[in-house]
Amino acid sequence: MTEVVKKSARGEYGLTLADLGKTNENIVVIDCDLSGSTMTKYFREKFPERHFNVGIAEQDAVTTAVGLSTTGKIPFVSTFAVFASGRAWEQIRNGVCYPNFNVKIVATHCGITVGEDGASHQALEDVAIMRAIPNITVIAPADATEVREVITWAAEYKGPVYVRVSRANLPVIFKEGEYKFNPKKAVVMKEGKDVTVVTNGETTCEVVEAAKMLEAEGISVEVVHAPVVKPLDTETIVNSAKKTNRVITVENHSIIGGLGGAVCEALSENYPVKVSRIGINDQFGQTGTASELMEYYGLSAKKLAEKIKGLVK
Amino acid sequence: MLKVLSDEEIKEIQSITKKLRANIVRMIHNAQSGHPGGSLSAIDILAVLYTKVMKQFPDWDKNPDFENRDRFVLSKGHASAAIYSILAHCGYFPEEDLLEYRKFGTKLQGHPCCTKLKGIEVSTGSLGQGLSIACGMALGLRLSKKDNYVYTLMGDGELQEGSVWEAAMNAAHYKLNHLIAVVDRNRLQIDGNTEDVMAVGDVAAKFAAFGWNTLEIDGHNIEAIYEAFEKAKESQDKPTVIVANTIKGKGVSFMENQAGWHGKAPNDEQLAQALEELK
Repeated sequence: MTEVVKKSARGEYGLTLADLGKTNENIVVIDCDLSGSTMTKYFREKFPERHFNVGIAEQDAVTTAVGLSTTGKIPFVSTFAVFASGRAWEQIRNGVCYPNFNVKIVATHCGITVGEDGASHQALEDVAIMRAIPNITVIAPADATEVREVITWAAEYKGPVYVRVSRANLPVIFKEGEYKFNPKKAVVMKEGKDVTVVTNGETTCEVVEAAKMLEAEGISVEVVHAPVVKPLDTETIVNSAKKTNRVITVENHSIIGGLGGAVCEALSENYPVKVSRIGINDQFGQTGTASELMEYYGLSAKKLAEKIKGLVK
Repeated sequence: MLKVLSDEEIKEIQSITKKLRANIVRMIHNAQSGHPGGSLSAIDILAVLYTKVMKQFPDWDKNPDFENRDRFVLSKGHASAAIYSILAHCGYFPEEDLLEYRKFGTKLQGHPCCTKLKGIEVSTGSLGQGLSIACGMALGLRLSKKDNYVYTLMGDGELQEGSVWEAAMNAAHYKLNHLIAVVDRNRLQIDGNTEDVMAVGDVAAKFAAFGWNTLEIDGHNIEAIYEAFEKAKESQDKPTVIVANTIKGKGVSFMENQAGWHGKAPNDEQLAQALEELK
């Protein structure tokens, strides 16, 4: 077995920004006293005049970004996902999305893997509340390679984007230099015939591992990684569902309104088929290490393999 | 020496504001919805700003000098009838279009929408966001080495929004001396007197404590409004707030100082009386 290489997704975010800043002088960053956690500090070190720390003031961060965008700047706003999406939701709705301004919200520390900080800091609803807003693109990349690709794309794309980035170091599943992010296409990570598992973010690597375990037990899993929850690549998901006639969603997010919700909406309208949603079951998280919590909430590869096996029986 | 307005200029603006007030009342009557009180309290400030202070281009992005315009954010977006009436006066769109106000399919949405109307920088309506947006504009312009000014008009009830004070810190921290905020201090909000609903208190003192330059004026005195803007432009290292003491519903006797006219449309008789008073 080859050794799993892990890389910090948020670290890659900061490094990517710092790289993009060299060639694109319109990129500016707004941070809320968390530049050492969101890793925008890498950008600040290189371009202090383009890095604005507004302090612990998420609403001000988002609306300041709105003003900056009207002057031709490309603002990246970063803080923890629970505050970016929750505290500043209405600023994102009315300030950013309604006028369709070119503001990027890159929210780190999403999902249960925030770990020891506990439930107050674990954003489990952000995808649901972001994707309800018109005009915004919502993305959950799977590893550091994809984070770099997504951030590079977002800097070029004109319009509101929300990206959720994990706190944890994630196994590298996409090869740097080879993988190309396509905002319109979900990625079939593994083909299979018994069941389709649609996932994204940091559960993608877990599902890929679970699929390998299940393969050994004679269950053929098709793994679809859908980084863009909105607009969702319905075509790839429907095509896979037509093949397997059984769909399961897996996400590091509440089962309400996130990827699971989006997949159910797409399938019920286009190809009704039974869908089971795996995620956080309409509850708050708690303190623990990231791996303890992934295990407890059933999102580790081993737990997922057991759960999927039970569901397809 | 600060520039001052001549007597003729003052008279001219006073006659313009009569027309603007009449248009505000007509628009709200025609739509049978809108916010007359706060539009009438703010219109003298907007008239001075748009006719004498701001570098602005009514042909908007068709103007080759577009990027060099000063910016204005109507943070109290419910005064949409006021901003539309002054934009029409300045030639952003024909004055006869004003009667489209709040009708289905119009560019004159209930609250200003920048994707529908040229002349509106940002969509507003949700209170407490304009000052932050203005901060971002000022930061962006400074970064681009432009010396334009950014103006924003807030309501006094709006100061109850906590986000205003986040922005107040931001502007002072980043020494945004080209940011000039006006507070339309008409002392009324929907539910009554601001001091009864949630005391706003000494606005100038509050902003001063946040590190701002402060000026306090009679918000219906054309000369005083102009002088305050000219003084504010002189600030070297601080943002400036102009606390404009105003009368909600100013110019229409039965609307003046009545909280009930915050968001109510006049009927036919009331329209006739208002227009008579504004002749």
